[in-house]
Amino acid sequence: MDAIRENIPLLLQGIGTTVALTVLGYVFALVVGTAMAVARVSPIPPLRWAATVYVEIFRNIPLLSLLILIAFGLPDVGLRLPYFWCGVLGLTLSSAAFVCENVRSGINTVPVGHAEAARSIGLGFFGTLRHVVLPQAFRSMVQPLVNVFIGTVIGSALCSAIAVQEVTWVTQTLNIRYAQAVLMFLIAGAAYLILSLGGAALGGVIERAVSPGSGRDRSRAGAALDVTAGAQA
Amino acid sequence: MSTTATQVLFDAPGPKGRRRILLLSILSVLVILALLVGALWQFQSNGQLDPGKWVVYLRADYIAFLWQGLWGTLKVTALAAVVAFPLGLLLALARLSRFRMLSALAAVWIEFYRGIPMLLVVYAFLLALPAFGVTFPQFWMLVIPMILVSSATTAEVFRAGINAVDRGQHEAAAAIGLSRRDAMVSVVLPQAVRLVLPSLILALVTLLKDSTLGYVVSYNELQFQGKTLVSITRYLVQTYLVVSVIYIVINFLLTRVALALDARMKARAAAS
Repeated sequence: MDAIRENIPLLLQGIGTTVALTVLGYVFALVVGTAMAVARVSPIPPLRWAATVYVEIFRNIPLLSLLILIAFGLPDVGLRLPYFWCGVLGLTLSSAAFVCENVRSGINTVPVGHAEAARSIGLGFFGTLRHVVLPQAFRSMVQPLVNVFIGTVIGSALCSAIAVQEVTWVTQTLNIRYAQAVLMFLIAGAAYLILSLGGAALGGVIERAVSPGSGRDRSRAGAALDVTAGAQA
Repeated sequence: MSTTATQVLFDAPGPKGRRRILLLSILSVLVILALLVGALWQFQSNGQLDPGKWVVYLRADYIAFLWQGLWGTLKVTALAAVVAFPLGLLLALARLSRFRMLSALAAVWIEFYRGIPMLLVVYAFLLALPAFGVTFPQFWMLVIPMILVSSATTAEVFRAGINAVDRGQHEAAAAIGLSRRDAMVSVVLPQAVRLVLPSLILALVTLLKDSTLGYVVSYNELQFQGKTLVSITRYLVQTYLVVSVIYIVINFLLTRVALALDARMKARAAAS
């Protein structure tokens, strides 16, 4: 127990860093991913191609390879970033690809007639997306986006491999110093479980709020068979 | 094929619209090119575009060295998949079982390994167990965590597949006198396995990505082999870029297969 008492600030700092990595990475990923999805369905061919290439690269690269490339490769080409921001950048780039694919398949769940109706009352590409298609698509996207969040939480652990002092790094360092393995694993495990379960619960609340009554058939179990977005590690 | 919302977001453009699209296309091409040129310039100004640092990856000994790593990656991925997928099926059946104890145990196993990062499990084998006098060779320190984590995720995939088989199939099996077990084995499971095939291929992609953690346990898979190569040649960006491209190509192909299978199954389901 001494191992905990003496290191409460360090542990709290580690947990705080994990939360910061996750939240920053996820929020940036939402923005970038949505922009990519809009580019992928836009009438501008080069934008469509660029977004497609982006998605294929970043959903297929292992997160650890990406983080190593960013953290150790960028200084070699003259770009220096603190390791924490390398972690945020890696998580953002990777999660954004999955956000993009989920938003795109969410757009596809909106009945064709709605987009046609929006166009026939004179809305353009952005108007149709912004006022008619995306608000409806969002309902079916809540569950997949929660899964991307959980993927980001779990992925943030890999940042300890590039020397970001988040909760995995802190607990394992203390583990070596105090040999309190079980205790340290409980702390780290609890931090991750609380973060992902908290995210899932919040997602559940949002889903019930935006789609009263109809959203329950797409529970977590059903999402396991959805392959449209690819495999997040 | 039916039309989807993404195909009707904009009208077939008129002459003015076509001009605007052309203008925006040229503009976005210029921006993309500027980004690429900027990246290349950054490489160039730091001396990383020196051809001598790149052509070495075409030399037979470099290729053999990287192939050794790739072989390690494929080996751990295949072994982990061969053990984890059947284990996942058993876990899914256990979770769906009528025996409360068994079902609860399976649920705890699945939720635990799904909720924590694999790196933590790897550290358990790397740092914690040796403290209790239990040590494994590096190969197993990588493969066992891969199996544990993947068994949990594939269990959820199998459970979703079993639940997705039409209820009528259970009822029909019961009507011709099959027991619950026989119905599961000879009626429901064969259909469920077909339904989950695309998801299993994606689970393979996840395993392949997870195998990069060999970097942490110092097992000779591709990522760690890259690290070794860097420590010999000092060509850091080049090596890690080559390694990443190999991963991207393999995962891209596997993902493509999964998506194609999924599309074919959906088309078939829509036709019948």
